[in-house]
Amino acid sequence: MCLAVPGRVLSTAEVDGALMAQVDFGGVRKEVCLQYIPDAEIGEYVVVHVGFAIQRLDEESAWRTLANFEKLGLLEEEFGDGFELAARQRESVEGTGL
Amino acid sequence: MKYLDEFSDPALAKRLVDEIHAATTRPWAMMEVCGGQTHSIIRHGIDQLLPDGVEMIHGPGCPVCVTPLEVIDRALAIAARPGVVFCSFGDMLRVPGSGQDLFSVKSAGGDVRVVYSPLDALKIARDNPDKEVVFFGIGFETTAPANAMTVHQARRLGVRNFSLLVSHVLVPPAIAAIMESPTCRVQAFLAAGHVCSVMGTSEYPPLAEKYRVPVVVTGFEPLDILEGVRRTILQLEQGRHEVENAYPRAVRDEGNLPAMEMLRDVFEVTDRTWRGIGVIPGSGWRLSEKYAEFDAERRFDVAGIRTAESSLCRSGDVLQGLIKPHECAAFGKECTPRNPLGATMVSSEGACAAYFTYRRLELVDAK
Ligand code: SF4
Repeated sequence: MCLAVPGRVLSTAEVDGALMAQVDFGGVRKEVCLQYIPDAEIGEYVVVHVGFAIQRLDEESAWRTLANFEKLGLLEEEFGDGFELAARQRESVEGTGL
Repeated sequence: MKYLDEFSDPALAKRLVDEIHAATTRPWAMMEVCGGQTHSIIRHGIDQLLPDGVEMIHGPGCPVCVTPLEVIDRALAIAARPGVVFCSFGDMLRVPGSGQDLFSVKSAGGDVRVVYSPLDALKIARDNPDKEVVFFGIGFETTAPANAMTVHQARRLGVRNFSLLVSHVLVPPAIAAIMESPTCRVQAFLAAGHVCSVMGTSEYPPLAEKYRVPVVVTGFEPLDILEGVRRTILQLEQGRHEVENAYPRAVRDEGNLPAMEMLRDVFEVTDRTWRGIGVIPGSGWRLSEKYAEFDAERRFDVAGIRTAESSLCRSGDVLQGLIKPHECAAFGKECTPRNPLGATMVSSEGACAAYFTYRRLELVDAK
């Protein structure tokens, strides 16, 4: 939950009076609220936390971070099914026994 | 240095580690505030790359871990009510309350849903006008703007069946509380980068000055952390105590102005209990009077719930950096991620869970 993930703004639109964007996170697309970075332009990279852009970021650092998160399995943790993850966490950590 | 090839740029990692070693002449203890940084440090063995005597103390910056037990119990009580859809981030599901957790409330038939964003919960409320939809709004300053905007939207759009169970916590008062503690060993702080993406850095110079501690704003990736540690060591060795921004690619000194404005409108400062630690004055946000009708604690009568913490759990000592997780007698025995006694064993950002996941083999070997 504490993760903030860089993504690329694909398109913007006003929804119910709030500025929203389609953002691409290395292949995963999400709808993101842009109210806090209202001047972000299409093609720019923003740092997104729980569905809200909180800062902008340069392209190179964005890609480095995304590649890193991908490698560590953090993207799946962020965008995967929460219940499945919790259930898996409950089961998988056991078995090796301490 | 077996860990270095795991870094995205091993050569840069080596240079940073070498510089840290060259600069260090004596022992130092620094605290990383944020649980995301704790996770990264343990996952990559960064603490083991540092000179002997340079200690990373893991701070209380995992919001899942410090959300007070009474708030968890209120969440469980609300989630179990018929007609309620209880929405939460996934990592709250297995945090133990006095008796059960959200996962077991769901198994018993409660309508508990995991959402990616609080706006998803607002959407659920608009799609289900006959249900009461509650969002579990926890987190640090990083997460608060999302919850603030969601409540603001609920009010603006007149979504009356939506409410927020709020337990926000704030970093600067926690730093002050840690420094005021008589058992404090912390000599410097790595401040949490994304908290500062929102709030900027202006709250930290008074703390650095008052407690004479370096505060280095640091990112979350392994190289970011090494750079934060390097700058901290340089300050300590040179006897400086300044606020430095080692994460400028995502942190501007002034923070995010629209977000801060929204936070001032929606929230007000309150005393907050931190699980395992106790009350820290002025260390939280609650909904301001203007948004009081969206406060789940007012909408549902949940004030009189009695709470009971596990008597074995020493997560408070872990969160204050007084012990390392494996020094707790229950670690890996009564307490595992499958059967967590304390919240620090649940979240991947909790110190106990990070040690269990990445260190348990070495810890067993060492016994
Ligand atoms: S190991 Fe478990 S019981 Fe011990 S402090 Fe950590 S969470 Fe609490």
